[in-house]
Amino acid sequence: MPRITRADVEQVAVLARLALTPEEMDQLTDDLESILEHAAQVEALDTDGVPPTAHPLPLANVLRPDELRPSLDRDEVLGQAPAAEDGRFRVPPILGEAP
Amino acid sequence: MSTTATATGWETVVGLEVHCELATVTKLFCGCANTFGAEPNTNICPVCLGLPGSLPVLNERAVEFALRVGEALHCDVPERSIFARKNYFYPDMPKDYQISQYDTPICVDGWLEVDGTRVGIERAHMEEDTGKTLHVGGGGRIHEADHSLVDYNRAGLPLMEIVSRPDIRDAEQARAYVSELRGLLEAIGVSDVKMEEGSLRVDANVSLRPAGAEEFGTKVEVKNMNSLRSLGHALDYEVTRQRELLEAGERIAQETRHWDEDGGVTSSLRSKEEAFDYRYFPEPDLVPVAPDAEMRARVQSSMPELPAARRARLVADWGIAEQDARVLLSTPGLGEYAEAAVAAGAAPKDVVNWCTGDLLGYLNESGLAVGALPLAPDGLAELIELVADGTLSRPLAKDVLAECLLEPKRPREVVDERGIAQVSDEGELGDLLDGILAAHPEDVAEYRAGDEKARKKKNGFFMGEAMKATKGSGNPQLLARLLKERLGG
Amino acid sequence: MTVAASATELAAAVRAGERSAREVVDEHLAVIDARDPELHAFLHVMADEARAQADEVDAAVRDGRDPGPLAGVPVALKDVLCTRGIPTTCGSRILEGWRPPYTATVVDRVRAAGGIAIGKTNLDEFAMGSSTENSAYGPTRNPRDPSRVPGGSSGGSAAAVGAGMAPLALGTDTGGSVRQPAAFCGVVGVKPTYGRVSRYGLVAFASSLDQVGPFANTVADAAVLLEVIGGHDVMDSTSVRQPAPALLSQLDDGVDGLRVGIVEELTDADGIDNEVAAAIDDAGRALEKAGATVDRVSVPATTYGLSAYYLIAPAEASSNLARYDGVRYGLRIDGRDTATMNAETRDAGFGPEVKRRIILGTYALSAGYYDAYYGTAQRVRTLIIRDFERAYGSFDVLLSPTAPSTAFALDAKTANPLEMYLSDVCTIPSSLAGHAAMNVPFGAGADGLPIGVQVLAPSLGEPVMFRVAQAIEAAAQ
Repeated sequence: MPRITRADVEQVAVLARLALTPEEMDQLTDDLESILEHAAQVEALDTDGVPPTAHPLPLANVLRPDELRPSLDRDEVLGQAPAAEDGRFRVPPILGEAP
Repeated sequence: MSTTATATGWETVVGLEVHCELATVTKLFCGCANTFGAEPNTNICPVCLGLPGSLPVLNERAVEFALRVGEALHCDVPERSIFARKNYFYPDMPKDYQISQYDTPICVDGWLEVDGTRVGIERAHMEEDTGKTLHVGGGGRIHEADHSLVDYNRAGLPLMEIVSRPDIRDAEQARAYVSELRGLLEAIGVSDVKMEEGSLRVDANVSLRPAGAEEFGTKVEVKNMNSLRSLGHALDYEVTRQRELLEAGERIAQETRHWDEDGGVTSSLRSKEEAFDYRYFPEPDLVPVAPDAEMRARVQSSMPELPAARRARLVADWGIAEQDARVLLSTPGLGEYAEAAVAAGAAPKDVVNWCTGDLLGYLNESGLAVGALPLAPDGLAELIELVADGTLSRPLAKDVLAECLLEPKRPREVVDERGIAQVSDEGELGDLLDGILAAHPEDVAEYRAGDEKARKKKNGFFMGEAMKATKGSGNPQLLARLLKERLGG
Repeated sequence: MTVAASATELAAAVRAGERSAREVVDEHLAVIDARDPELHAFLHVMADEARAQADEVDAAVRDGRDPGPLAGVPVALKDVLCTRGIPTTCGSRILEGWRPPYTATVVDRVRAAGGIAIGKTNLDEFAMGSSTENSAYGPTRNPRDPSRVPGGSSGGSAAAVGAGMAPLALGTDTGGSVRQPAAFCGVVGVKPTYGRVSRYGLVAFASSLDQVGPFANTVADAAVLLEVIGGHDVMDSTSVRQPAPALLSQLDDGVDGLRVGIVEELTDADGIDNEVAAAIDDAGRALEKAGATVDRVSVPATTYGLSAYYLIAPAEASSNLARYDGVRYGLRIDGRDTATMNAETRDAGFGPEVKRRIILGTYALSAGYYDAYYGTAQRVRTLIIRDFERAYGSFDVLLSPTAPSTAFALDAKTANPLEMYLSDVCTIPSSLAGHAAMNVPFGAGADGLPIGVQVLAPSLGEPVMFRVAQAIEAAAQ
């Protein structure tokens, strides 16, 4: 039973906004199958009741005061944009609403 | 169960998601300004623009505001809460993920009392806002646009998402819930809650089930309701739409629908058959928020009087009706104004009458805020005093008020300037009446000979003459008494 | 070559007015001119900026102001660190030509200490790789043997220091990307405790693992650089609330009485070359001679480090790299609608390894698989931390190989991604734990290529780690 199928890769490519070619999809399916096979070794460990570590640091409550700091110069930022118009970033038509 | 349910056999089930922009000075994770209406892309920095290498740092005041919301909504604030990434692509999202909260929101399990019923609050969590897109060409609608333009000023603003339990049963209750919540959020000073500016946004989840059933029906999300009115209309429409489908034996599609205010309909945006996979995971660039005892105590002690408690207090102390208290407190600053006028010595009921009547009318017409009124609360108290001591008739007082609202004058000043002090001198008025009666002997005779109806008519005639002679400033009650004494009978 | 290898010596000379910073910079620019056409360590040489900065340092010295501990010392910067107005590509086409409008905190700190940013170095694309062969701009070659890789992902920075192009460099280490190239190039490379050094301005790969780390020719030089760049930064919520560790003052305290543990699972594993394992034992004996007690220790969960890492790192990366969508900066391939534009841009802009990790990471986080993959990996991470804690209960520092072998040939491991991943088996566990670790060159293999010893310490254990490293370096002379 493969851990990842080509259909999985296609679905994930859509989620990740990657327009993969068919060759890329084939190659990725093979690569990921072997990587996941290897990664699945972790299943050998007993992790029942073990809390996950999202962070190696025992920090909490890092807050900053609600004070103004200088913003960036719009020209410098828009100068790096692929397309800009009227002080805004320009993009091709957006077909749908946000999910 | 609502009356609609018993009438139609279907029960409406509504849950509301309210997004509220917090009125902090700066954004949630960076020091850019939190303002409305700035030139596009002028309040941006590496963090809120999501530039490569940028990192978020949490705004202390936003956390405090979130805790205030939790306190006001009677929520539990668990020991620790963490932020999570909500991953999806959209041009208004600088990082193509939103920093939000998933399974550990900062506030849980609260309630809000609405017209005597408790509506449950499932959770309230913090998240960052997105940028704004403008669709160019095709009439500004997304589907016919030629291209779109993005402004990231709004990206990164602090939001509180407040999710109710599906306890709401009709459109009216939904409106009341939002209205109550809005008043509450404003009263605790966390937001300016302007639906028209987008600092308060409402989405609804609507489903129907057979009256008396326990299981929920398929829920439909409704978006794009930009005012309380459109919320009400949208819900009414959607409930009818679903009922008609169900009665025809059809299935309700689980989807998101968009309310079209002009067309008066909801239309399908996208199918929600499979919930979008946001791949939530704990935000690794932030550490947990664990409000300590000191912070919790500080928030609790800094809570102002909440609207429901304030209404109850005014009703009890002033002996006014609940509805009057509600109207008084629904306009920002009006309640404070009234309380100040009472503190200056005026009788509460009079204050409330004037505030919810003429004053409110003027505010609505002029669009002014209470703070911009030229007449201070003690000026209103003075006006009320002038009526109470007989100097002004009520109609005259309305007139004086109108002048005081246009220019910063005290009521006494206006009275003196216009010389319109009500004449309440018995001797003066008595002489005047003697003069009038002497000038109209036939009418006096008709009065004495006439029946009730005739007498009333004659009385009105004499009063009219007296008012003419005094240019309207005769004290009507006094005139009536003196007239009666002279006419006898 | 007349260039002094020691940064501390150079800085002292410049501060004392014995040498001009300008002269130092020009010398190193000449080395770059001479050797970089072959080695390709640099993607962008900041000649003008470096000279201008050097002039400022010289002016300060003339005015009697102290320019700082890095006075006049050229520092190479891995091209994943934002430098305002200077191209920052992350080794990728998708950021080709991008000039950030801001500068990373660590770079500001280098400059404030008188250091001279001399150029941006080559790397595996978005720091994903172990050989620098994943760069969209061509590989870097190992200065010791140009037919070999310098290691990765910070291959350019390691090679720059190894080749004498700069006495100091900054790299980044997520699963070994400073330590392993340091071992391959025969230089010192440090991964600080997670949170020791600010990540503000470091283009993220895996946020809970990334750390900026110094490259240098000596342990002392690495200490100076870490003292400069380390310490709390308000712009980074994950930075430890402490100033930079004081390292130099304790560096020569020796190792008398220290307990050193050689990690069995990492040193005695099948995949480790015999001569590498032998070097670790040699280093252990040297430390014993210097007064330490050395024993073997078992840290069992480290065996699963690689598997956990290749679920956690790609997952975080898949999210961190979502922002490269052609909207605000970088490459854009136009499309009839935004979603198409995003997808085409990303397919054209990212290389195969990056795509592999994005797909893997997205999959590991996706509905239905989160618990089995990402969730489980984060639990394994806890087990690794616990096993390390147990070990550090009986030992002050640990030793292991840095890399399983000496530098391999270009193209030797590109056919099979998994084989490449195995290069990091020794360095990954300490990354997952957030601990401090560093590479110290120690001898050479039969092929003449450098071997490195990895010294590991618990979180915030840099002072004792550097002491041990210093002793190992002394023994290696």
